[in-house]
Amino acid sequence: MTAQYTMVDGNEAATRVAHAVSEVIAIYPITPASPMGELADAWSQVGQPNIWGVVPDVTEMQSEGGAAGAVHGALQAGALCTTFTASQGLLLMIPNMYKIAGELTPTVIHVAARTLATHALSIFGDHSDVMSTRQTGFALLSSASVQEAQDMSMVAHAATLRSRIPFLHFFDGFRTSHEVSKIETIDEATMKAMIDDDLIAEHRLRALNPNAPKLRGTAQNPDVFFQAREAANPFYNAVPGLVQAEMDKLADLTGRRYHLFDYRGAADAERVVVMMGSGVGAATEVVDYLVESGEKVGLLTVHLYRPFSIDHFMDALPDTVKSIAVLDRTKEPGAIGEPLYLDVVAAFAERGGGPRIVGGRYGLSSKEFDPAMAMTVFAELEKDEPKNHFTVGIIDDVTHLSLPIEAEWKEPEDVVEAVFFGLGADGTVGANKNSVKIIGENTDMYAQAHFVYDSKKSGAMTVSHLRFGPNKINSTYEIQKADFVACHQFNFMEKVDVLDIAAQGATFLLNSPYGPDEVWDHLTADAQRAIIDKKLKFYVVDAVSVAQAAGLGGRVNTVLQTCFFALAGVLPQDEAIQAIKDGIKKAYGKRGQVILDKNYAAVDSSLAALAEVTVPSQVTSTMELIPPVPAHAPDFVQRVTGMIAARKGDLLPVSALPVDGTFPTATTQYEKRSIALEIPVWDPEICIDCARCALVCPHAAIRLKVYEPSVVDNAPDTFQSKPWKGRDFEGMYTTIQVAPEDCTGCKVCVNVCPAKSKEEVKHKAINMVPKMDVLEVEKENYDFFLSIPEWDRTKTKPETVKGSQVLKPLFEYSGSCAGCGETPYVKLMSQMFGDRMIIANATGCSSIYGGNLPTTPYAVDDEGRGPSWSNSLFEDNAEFGFGMRLAIDQQAEMARDLLAELAPQVGGLAGEILDADQSDEAGLAKQRDRVAELKRILATLDSPEATRLDTLTDYLVKMSIWILGGDGWAYDIGFGGLDHVLASDRNVNILVMDTEVYSNTGGQASKSTPRAAVAKFASGGKPTGKKDLGMIAMSYGHVYVAQVSMGANMTQVAKAFAEAEAHDGPSLIIAFSPCIAHGIDMATMMAHQKEAADSGYWPLYRFNPNEEAEGRPAMKLDSRAPKMSFRDFAASEGRFAMLARANPEHYNELMDQAQHDIDNRWHLYEQMIHVERTAEFEDEEVDE
Amino acid sequence: MTVDITTKYLGLDLANPLVASSSPLTSKMDTLFQLEEAGVAAVVLPSLFEEQIEHDAWAVYDLYEYGSAISPEAFGSYIPEMEGYNTGPEHYLELLEKAKNRLSIPVIASLNGMSPGGWTAYAKTMEEAGADAIELNVYRVATDINMTGSDIEKSYIDLVSDVKEAINIPLAVKISPYFSSLASMCRRMVEAGADGLVLFNRFYQPDINLEELKVKPDVVLSSPVNLRLPLRWTAILRGRIDASIAASSGVHTGEDVVKLILAGADVTMTTSALLKYGPTHVATVLFEMESWFSEREYQSIEQGKGSLSQASAADPEGFERTNYMRSLVTYSSRY
Repeated sequence: MTAQYTMVDGNEAATRVAHAVSEVIAIYPITPASPMGELADAWSQVGQPNIWGVVPDVTEMQSEGGAAGAVHGALQAGALCTTFTASQGLLLMIPNMYKIAGELTPTVIHVAARTLATHALSIFGDHSDVMSTRQTGFALLSSASVQEAQDMSMVAHAATLRSRIPFLHFFDGFRTSHEVSKIETIDEATMKAMIDDDLIAEHRLRALNPNAPKLRGTAQNPDVFFQAREAANPFYNAVPGLVQAEMDKLADLTGRRYHLFDYRGAADAERVVVMMGSGVGAATEVVDYLVESGEKVGLLTVHLYRPFSIDHFMDALPDTVKSIAVLDRTKEPGAIGEPLYLDVVAAFAERGGGPRIVGGRYGLSSKEFDPAMAMTVFAELEKDEPKNHFTVGIIDDVTHLSLPIEAEWKEPEDVVEAVFFGLGADGTVGANKNSVKIIGENTDMYAQAHFVYDSKKSGAMTVSHLRFGPNKINSTYEIQKADFVACHQFNFMEKVDVLDIAAQGATFLLNSPYGPDEVWDHLTADAQRAIIDKKLKFYVVDAVSVAQAAGLGGRVNTVLQTCFFALAGVLPQDEAIQAIKDGIKKAYGKRGQVILDKNYAAVDSSLAALAEVTVPSQVTSTMELIPPVPAHAPDFVQRVTGMIAARKGDLLPVSALPVDGTFPTATTQYEKRSIALEIPVWDPEICIDCARCALVCPHAAIRLKVYEPSVVDNAPDTFQSKPWKGRDFEGMYTTIQVAPEDCTGCKVCVNVCPAKSKEEVKHKAINMVPKMDVLEVEKENYDFFLSIPEWDRTKTKPETVKGSQVLKPLFEYSGSCAGCGETPYVKLMSQMFGDRMIIANATGCSSIYGGNLPTTPYAVDDEGRGPSWSNSLFEDNAEFGFGMRLAIDQQAEMARDLLAELAPQVGGLAGEILDADQSDEAGLAKQRDRVAELKRILATLDSPEATRLDTLTDYLVKMSIWILGGDGWAYDIGFGGLDHVLASDRNVNILVMDTEVYSNTGGQASKSTPRAAVAKFASGGKPTGKKDLGMIAMSYGHVYVAQVSMGANMTQVAKAFAEAEAHDGPSLIIAFSPCIAHGIDMATMMAHQKEAADSGYWPLYRFNPNEEAEGRPAMKLDSRAPKMSFRDFAASEGRFAMLARANPEHYNELMDQAQHDIDNRWHLYEQMIHVERTAEFEDEEVDE
Repeated sequence: MTVDITTKYLGLDLANPLVASSSPLTSKMDTLFQLEEAGVAAVVLPSLFEEQIEHDAWAVYDLYEYGSAISPEAFGSYIPEMEGYNTGPEHYLELLEKAKNRLSIPVIASLNGMSPGGWTAYAKTMEEAGADAIELNVYRVATDINMTGSDIEKSYIDLVSDVKEAINIPLAVKISPYFSSLASMCRRMVEAGADGLVLFNRFYQPDINLEELKVKPDVVLSSPVNLRLPLRWTAILRGRIDASIAASSGVHTGEDVVKLILAGADVTMTTSALLKYGPTHVATVLFEMESWFSEREYQSIEQGKGSLSQASAADPEGFERTNYMRSLVTYSSRY
């Protein structure tokens, strides 16, 4: 049989088997496992059958807990089931895992292993999630590579049926799940041979079936539970043998042989490393090298971790071993050691004697584990007293556990290593995936691609690491010295040391608007020095011009890909060109012939534009790299934040990091990303002071201030100013100012500006201009603008659009997508209540742009007050915020009691504080003054009560609790908790930023996704309607509920925020938040919001229970009756329009139904505005 | 007495001189069936716009690329990859094939191209999909101030001859009236290979929304007054060019059809009236037309075809420019 090869990532490799041998698949998105569910769903959507010719039924659930429950149920009813998850999702499956295992039910959970959130969330890979399931009774099977992700997936599915023990198959998140690699595929015949039909029949016989009734899931008492638990022992005892048998069967069928523990190295090894997961790749390279050098070393790779077979483990180890280092990719604080280490120690303890064993931690949260680190571990084992419980890969200058890395590693000569610096979403990643596929699938060569991102959603840098070589590539670590470096964005050259990674004599390709004769003068001194010192072969191509000439607009990836192939020489030029074209056809064939033709044209014209630069012998530049943070930034920002921003966080020692995950806020101001090509500039002549631009700016990069006219006396000449027109700030001057280096160029402000020039309608009061034309001027203007005193909060109406916008945003310059639909709401909230708010933030986009290092957008006012923020989990956010409220209320109550007690000593101030009206800004300001006075008095009192009260005085000023999250949280995974909190009488404010999909994980459908929209997990168009969350909340009667949309009615938004905050009970604001997942130009997102309201798709309302107390209906409709059809609205959004293209008939059906949804909802709401909920009762007569 | 109302257009034998021109009604099978049932002699499908195809392809391309790989958590595109859609002419060709297979009347495909290669390539695929004839919908707003009228005319002529060469089915050209010398242009198009001319195209015209100060292009339905322009040019061209003439615009009643036939049209094309009154209006128009001929004891409409053309009319100058002056005088003298 000829081997079939393909280029896939680890997620796809595992899912190929899982989908092919399953009947029911329950899924839920979570990074980095989401692609497995997406692939399974996509394959079933297009009718791809399993090996028995049946299309697996793939269903999205509301949480991983739900997915596990559904799997459990499906198994009980006799189906072959699987699911995919990671990290917190796996934790949510644990209760069901115990049940499934306890009932000896065969299934496989595929896990892209990811860090569990502790002091911080991390989306990256380690084994902390998997290790927390080792007690569940599941068998744990580990894959160390993309090839294994497929092969162990097969073994797991076969062995679970054979043994009846459920399996958890895992591989490292990102390093394996997202690494694209060349693998040998398993064909259908092999899968059929691996799965025994008799075992399936037995599984079905065990299913619940009324024709053969049985009962499972009893409650048992002390008399029998224990014995019953032990009854399953024989099944566990059999697992190692059965797994090895399945591995052997796979070897017979495919030639790829695995063992429960695979040993590699010297037969007479004295030093052995034991580990599992992707780190094995790096360790393998080192072992091969050391053995070749005559050293007696070896590597034991664990595949079957649970049940842990001591016999197989001992058999696999050479008898000669004297010392063992067990490497764990997890941390268990307080344990004697990490789990794999303890298992190895216990194994030897049971057998008696044995070598010296030390344990070490590595690779938490995808920290690199490279050959130098593996060499260091082997070197440590050679010592008389090797360090135990060490760490490797970091510098621990606190508890001094880390091993210093002194070894050096040189990668194999025959591997071509290429690194590409691109911008997130500029096509670089896609093109590189394409390139490795071209090479991997068209030649005998092996290829590998790994992608590294920073954490911003706008202007993020991506670094692609590509390897090509004649032999299988084991290098599971980032490229350290590249033979080829490409920089796809010229402006990176002034911010990032892209040539640090270039090897001596490497080729450097720069996408440059400057030709070969002029580019040199536009490089920094560092770049010039690197090019000269490293003797780089330096090429430029003006990819933008080539792409534009070919009709591709600014889409440069095809041009740069062609240049890469020409320079890298991996394939002969003609072959490469043809392969690129074939790749283009494969990638874009469905998009249309015109796309192909223009890309082909770009391929054909690229090489002519590629030019070698004659490198001068001297450094001539005086330009330096722009520092990541300015010199005036605080010490912590300089030492820590700046290093992270400069992509040097790996170098920070343990002592640099906070011990408990606490970070300062207000640090985005120091990270000047300057990612916009065009920025908006104000024209005061036309401006009508509506403040809309400032309100809608997703990045707080358009600011408005009002101030005394004299302020401009000291302004730079270019600073623009005008008298305020309205009466609200009569006599004041105003300025709308762009933050030029913080603007993302999203154009939302320009789109929303209603003021147009009478002479030239396209000229508005705010207009985009090329940034480089105005950058220096606007930087100076913005600095001056920031120096203007902030407006007094007590002299404005924060509940109005203009009144709120004169206040400083305490949420600024976040890393959200350019034109984000969520952040304008967060910013408005911060302006209105930021100086006294605590935020509980559900995991999702808002927790990433709100709290992902290096910098934090939540800011402080001139008094140093600002939002205090925390993220707990995805599923518990309502409860998390609720707990905050309980704590605040309790401490406020304690403070009030103490104050009442101390009233005689404090005097009249006590009563003033206790009776204070804090319903507006003036009241709040006065209360703050009173509390300050109280603190002065308390300092003079010498009593335990005074001391206690002194720690609680902050709680005498009203604090505002805000619970933030997206629809995935509120409608799905967190709905139970949300419902419970709504049912309470506590004063919490819940802001649901409704993007109608799981935005952060890439656009999977939620219960908020509207009917007819396509989303992942609903690629046929969502067949059911959107859940009416507001209506559910209204059913309680005491909950303030508002449905708002900034683009539809800005005044209503501000009013709703104010009313929600003022409501002394739970409040729910559901805010329409356009997202890139909607398939719209985000610059126009406010106009889309207006159309959503105009079509009745997103009706605006406020349901205020306080109105009922006044005898008025609680419900107010704030939008007018629909005046356009849903069809017309939907036609302008890609999420609907794609279904219209792909399946017009189904689209029409769903459109009709969706229109009914809208009509019905409007009909209901119209009636609700007249509804009086309070029944009138006549007093009963009472006998006197 | 029964009148023979059959006619010949582009060499096709038609049951009557009423053809449903491009409109939403000819874009769906159910309304196509209704039109056939109501009695139209042929249908012209909506135009396949090459520009639209290109625009759509890029829109879909960008939809998938926009936000793709924006973060490590959202690695692929936000919109799921879908099957069964296409951005090319497939939907159009599918409609054409269906219409051809299921209707018994001739089906004419309409094409609005952009690139020289696009015109001929799409025309060929239309022929392959079974079109009885192709109507080229040629019109561009010539905004380039360096391009002369003769440049533009030449490009049109070249286009017609290129397409004619590429196909083996009849070719009609739907033209605009905005040529300096329309009559000469018509002659040249016929010489270049047009088997028929459709008089005239009506286009989206810009309007201004005073509320939003925005340009809003749209198309307004024709009214009977729009009949005058094709009426004049049908009359002028009748007998002077060796090609079929289809008169389009402003055909709302049977009398309108009669007028155009008398002026020399082989067929008349109607849209606005059908959109306004529904496909069944066809029967009314045909009845009115037939009644006119039958009441006047014509044996066939062929008899009257062109009887009031400029060449045959008693007052041929009536079709010439002075017409305007005279009508104004007539108009004034009434009061």
